[in-house]
Amino acid sequence: MSINLALLLVMGALYACGIYLILERSLTRVLLGLMLLANATNLLILATGGYSGLAPMFSKDTAAGDYNDPLPQALILTSIVISFAVTAFMLGIIYRTWVLAREDEIQDDLEDLRVAETPSFDAEDDAEIPAETSEFPLTMLGGDGQDISDHRPGSGDETSGGREAGARVHGGTATVLAGDREMPTEHAAQEEKPGSPNVKPSPEGDGQ
Amino acid sequence: MNIASLAPLAVVLPILGAALTFLLIRHSRAQRAVSIGLLSLTLLLECFLMAAVWDGGTVAVSIGGWIPPWGIVLVVDQFSSLMLVVSSAVSLAVLVYATGQGMADGDKDAPVSIFHPTYLILVAGVSNAFLSGDLFNLYVGFEILLTASYVLMTLGGTGPRIRAGVTYVVVSVVSSVLFLISIAMVYGATGTVNMADLAIKLGELDQGTKTLLHVMLLVAFGIKAAVFPLSFWLPDSYPTAPAPVTAVFAGLLTKVGVYAMVRTETLLFPGDTLNTPLMIAALLTMVVGILGALAQSDIKRLLSFTLVSHIGYMVFGLAMSSVVGLAAAIFYVAHHITIQTSLFLVTGLIERRGGSSSVDRLGGLAKISPLLAILFFIPGMNLAGIPPFSGFLGKVGLLQAGVELGTPLAYALVIGGVVTSLLTLLAVARVWNRAFWRRPADAEHPDPVLLAAPGQPVEGEALDDEAPADRAGRTGLAAPVLSRAGSGGSSTLVRSTLMPRTMVGPTAGLVVLGMALTVFAGPLFGLSDRAAAEMLDRGPYIHAVLGEDVTVPAVGAPAGAGK
Repeated sequence: MSINLALLLVMGALYACGIYLILERSLTRVLLGLMLLANATNLLILATGGYSGLAPMFSKDTAAGDYNDPLPQALILTSIVISFAVTAFMLGIIYRTWVLAREDEIQDDLEDLRVAETPSFDAEDDAEIPAETSEFPLTMLGGDGQDISDHRPGSGDETSGGREAGARVHGGTATVLAGDREMPTEHAAQEEKPGSPNVKPSPEGDGQ
Repeated sequence: MNIASLAPLAVVLPILGAALTFLLIRHSRAQRAVSIGLLSLTLLLECFLMAAVWDGGTVAVSIGGWIPPWGIVLVVDQFSSLMLVVSSAVSLAVLVYATGQGMADGDKDAPVSIFHPTYLILVAGVSNAFLSGDLFNLYVGFEILLTASYVLMTLGGTGPRIRAGVTYVVVSVVSSVLFLISIAMVYGATGTVNMADLAIKLGELDQGTKTLLHVMLLVAFGIKAAVFPLSFWLPDSYPTAPAPVTAVFAGLLTKVGVYAMVRTETLLFPGDTLNTPLMIAALLTMVVGILGALAQSDIKRLLSFTLVSHIGYMVFGLAMSSVVGLAAAIFYVAHHITIQTSLFLVTGLIERRGGSSSVDRLGGLAKISPLLAILFFIPGMNLAGIPPFSGFLGKVGLLQAGVELGTPLAYALVIGGVVTSLLTLLAVARVWNRAFWRRPADAEHPDPVLLAAPGQPVEGEALDDEAPADRAGRTGLAAPVLSRAGSGGSSTLVRSTLMPRTMVGPTAGLVVLGMALTVFAGPLFGLSDRAAAEMLDRGPYIHAVLGEDVTVPAVGAPAGAGK
């Protein structure tokens, strides 16, 4: 089977441009990229139908083996219809993005960023718990028998336990890793409490 | 005439329903009746289909009377009929749930009138993909369900949904283009797109071409199924959709991808050429997915990550290409569709009852609503694979198959599977401890409904949804809850019920279905065993489509090291 080289080159160029465009952040360019990819694929399907010059339609004086394969054209028609629907939908989405945000760019996922920024210190899981958790506050003794009720976090006394593994000590202040920066443990604990910028109840009440 | 020749109705009925509900767009009551009625009818029909092929016997239906390799065929065998029944049962439950939510909330948050036709189109696409015996028809089935899912994903057109929708649409379109390219290449190499015909003709190709086509198809399906390196789109896009939509997506869409992978691995490219990469992908999917789940504080996102993680189990079972492994994978798919969907539905209820889906802001739900606690606890434990439940049975089947295989990689996967199961338990237990067990006062910014002091009278009779015993715990609920749809203006303060029966009912139904999978695990495993044996044999499928006089090529390819 020989294939039209020009068609093949066009197909390659369409794929290259399409892939370049879908890597952009602008939605309109992404849409153009998707359209180019779909059309390049249509050319690919067309190429599987054999070389040009064969009879596309039935006529009495054509031998049975001399027809062009009709199936790829049927497949292309289906795929054109589908890509048409997807393009229309994408245009709708782009318009909606423009209406909502006056922006043609793909937005970041805020929850992703929030999870990445959340300190590894969690007030409920990782706060220092007195070794004695009895309801009778007779003595507040640490594991080593010292009084820990006024124990400063990060004074270097690791035996009191309870500190999670990510905590480190820098010049008298314990710090934890939050995202790619370090923050003092107390700030981290503060962030988990009401009023912190890390938890913003939205008007819809779903706490993003 | 065999009952199985009615198989096309499984696709036609939902499409008919979509057309009818679209005409009835102004009559919501008739629309509900039509969509639920037609979907129930479809489910009934599919139960008959499954009964017809229960003991074996694949049936092929040629559409329009065209003879197979040229015409389009729909093929009913045990695997596809099982998938049909489970998926339709789940989608019926979700439809009832969504209808209940629509009736409780009104039309603001999600245009319910558009929901019904779109949802039925989605079901038609899923059925078409499960039944298709033709690679291009499979592509069309995928496109039908994907196009419907784009609309459902961005229902209402709010900012977060549009943002998530963009990711979802672009990734899905790219995977579809990859699938289409693979079809074009397969057609160019063999001159057919009929899957039974391909099973014979692909075997005649040389090894390099075969591997290329195999990898292309697996990558395209792997994106849809959210297998590890290709799974990042899923937790980004699923959680923002409305609860019933997320539930049906989580239950069905990824499983259609898994189904297509199973067909690729068993029918089109049998043998074990790509088993090692698949096993590594399965291991990474399991471990990376569940580690992602542990970092989340939002229940929906957490469940999306467990969804990705548990796809790994199915790929593991598939990659062993033994009857035991494949049978366990089939059982696991059926189990996971039910459980994951019911968990997402329960999360929807938690969000209504507790005002949030973030575990940081929830607390005390076990006391406020014991029914909700039970509805979460059972599927949660089931997902983690605690012994009496079907999740345990499926995992044990997979682990047994892995030990039977006995290679070092299989043992690594067995260990990875156990670790993933334990970490799932940890993730679910974290949600349980925080949302259900701790006092509401311990939560951050708890919703006022959680904190309302006990003793205040309940306003309105809107809360008559649960067992009387539950009333005592619920009297604390004072504030009539404003419909979250109407957050914009004070004039639209619609009081809605927190947990309407129409939403609790289907959720409880799905939880019961999940437990039924446990009780009837014996017959189901029998069915999965037979299905796996037939699929690995390939003979019944090819003979059903192409006729008895076709010789089925032996599985072990000359170049591949067959076992």
